[in-house]
Amino acid sequence: MSKVAFDIRSIGAIRIGPRGALRVRLGDARLVWTTIGSWLPTLPFFIFSLAFLLLPSASIAVRSFQGAQGEFTLANIQQIFMRPDLLRAYENSILISIVTALSGGIFGFLVGYAITLGNLPHSLRSMVLTFSGVASNFAGVPLAFAFIATLGQKGLVTQLINSLLGTNIYHSGFSIYNFWGLSIVYTYFQLPLMVLIVIPALNGLRREWREAAEGLGATKYHYWRYVAFPILLPSLLGSMILLFANSFGAYATAYAFSGLHINLVSIVIGNNISGNVLYDPGLGNALALGMVVIMAVSIALYSYLQRRSELWLR
Amino acid sequence: MTRRPSLWVWLWLVAWAIFSWLPLVASFDFSLRARKGILSWQAYLNVFADPGFYESLWFSFQTAMLTIVVSIFLVVPTAYWVHLRLRRARPVIEFVTLLPFVVPAVVIAFGLIRLYCCPPISFVSSPLLLVAGYVVLSLPYMYRAADNGLRALDVRMLNEAAQSLGANEFQVFFLVILPNLRTGILSGAFLTFAIVMGEYTLSALLAWPAFGPYMQYVGVFKAYESAALAIISFAITWLAMLLMQWFARVSAAERALTAPR
Repeated sequence: MSKVAFDIRSIGAIRIGPRGALRVRLGDARLVWTTIGSWLPTLPFFIFSLAFLLLPSASIAVRSFQGAQGEFTLANIQQIFMRPDLLRAYENSILISIVTALSGGIFGFLVGYAITLGNLPHSLRSMVLTFSGVASNFAGVPLAFAFIATLGQKGLVTQLINSLLGTNIYHSGFSIYNFWGLSIVYTYFQLPLMVLIVIPALNGLRREWREAAEGLGATKYHYWRYVAFPILLPSLLGSMILLFANSFGAYATAYAFSGLHINLVSIVIGNNISGNVLYDPGLGNALALGMVVIMAVSIALYSYLQRRSELWLR
Repeated sequence: MTRRPSLWVWLWLVAWAIFSWLPLVASFDFSLRARKGILSWQAYLNVFADPGFYESLWFSFQTAMLTIVVSIFLVVPTAYWVHLRLRRARPVIEFVTLLPFVVPAVVIAFGLIRLYCCPPISFVSSPLLLVAGYVVLSLPYMYRAADNGLRALDVRMLNEAAQSLGANEFQVFFLVILPNLRTGILSGAFLTFAIVMGEYTLSALLAWPAFGPYMQYVGVFKAYESAALAIISFAITWLAMLLMQWFARVSAAERALTAPR
């Protein structure tokens, strides 16, 4: 007997109460209806998710393998691997995500450390937290504007450096519109996100562990190297993977730099939709699929690490 | 025993403060320089004199409200029902509500357009598709807000108590459960509001005159006004997040009072 049928029966037994085998079997039809009835209230949710999340995603996957006449083909996928510009787009997106996951991750960890274990006044702590909540949601177009006003050619910091040191950073190769410039911009929303997700882990470090280590003669270095860091490692890595995904999917921030000449996957897909450049639906699907695959792998890794970290921290 | 913060702690904190505040300070400074040689509110006056500003802001506001209402009606009853009667559906629902984290907004937009662009279902020109897309983006936040609230309640006990007093299923949900989840749902709603108000990807790709695309449009032509818009947008996000955190705190305090002991 299949598992589902067994499930239905066990519900029925509770519902109808202990009766003879014959009666249970007679009740089967009714039990099926109770099961359907118990799923019924979730129907709107599932229909909605199916229509606007699952089907659109699934159709991307299916159409990636379809040619113009709907026949099965691998040409779309192959095309990505044959076009250096598209491969470069993936490479850039992955690189900027790694760089900003590291920069935001390390910086965020240090700030998180400062406000959880740094014995700072409570008011400072809650100010950093509130600001992080805002800043992690402050991405996209206005963030691009803010950084143009800061590090653009006429930005405040650019001018400041110019008048203080007498050098124009744009003449020495810096630009907010290139890879490293965009990395700084992305770090702006990565850092507060890291602060928000690393704090629960840091709060999970128990005082007793430190006291026990110190009681056994450990220095601060020993404690961090052999106790705290190994415990934190899975959740730190997990958080950084989340940051990776966060910047890998970003579109608006990069697009808002209209002078930007970095080739990113999200921008290529966006252009494919609005028909700015090449209009090749099959290729667009394959590009989007590639993006989802990379995201899915990183989120799977994240949830694995999350389970690992729950061994010690909760 | 209270230890004093070390030098390193202050160093990280100062670095954080500079990196976090400098772009805002610079935008504000830049936004005041619309008139040559003097500081003035001219850029803000220009923004406030533009009907497009109000139209796009109003459009995004309406979209955000509709998104919040739809999201609440979709997520909260489902989360409640799953808690009460259908625990085995929980992993499925959690998986679905996490998907918007896995599928980037640009890919969701792409999928929606491709699926609803052409007959038999031509739906791209309806603003409801935009709302549907935003509801999808809000699913993770809204579900978690509702789920956290429900975890803190003893749903079964409340349900039995209300039913023994003669309430039917609908009365239990609307008169007992919903009021108990109010603050948690509101915090999810404000987060959704903050996200929708500044959102660019979906609204631009589906070609709607929302606040995000308006800012982008202004940014192409006007430098000072775009800096002013960055400040205004930051203020909106700030306000929404402050309200969200306030409600989250109230919710946590209520939870502490009503938690099953």
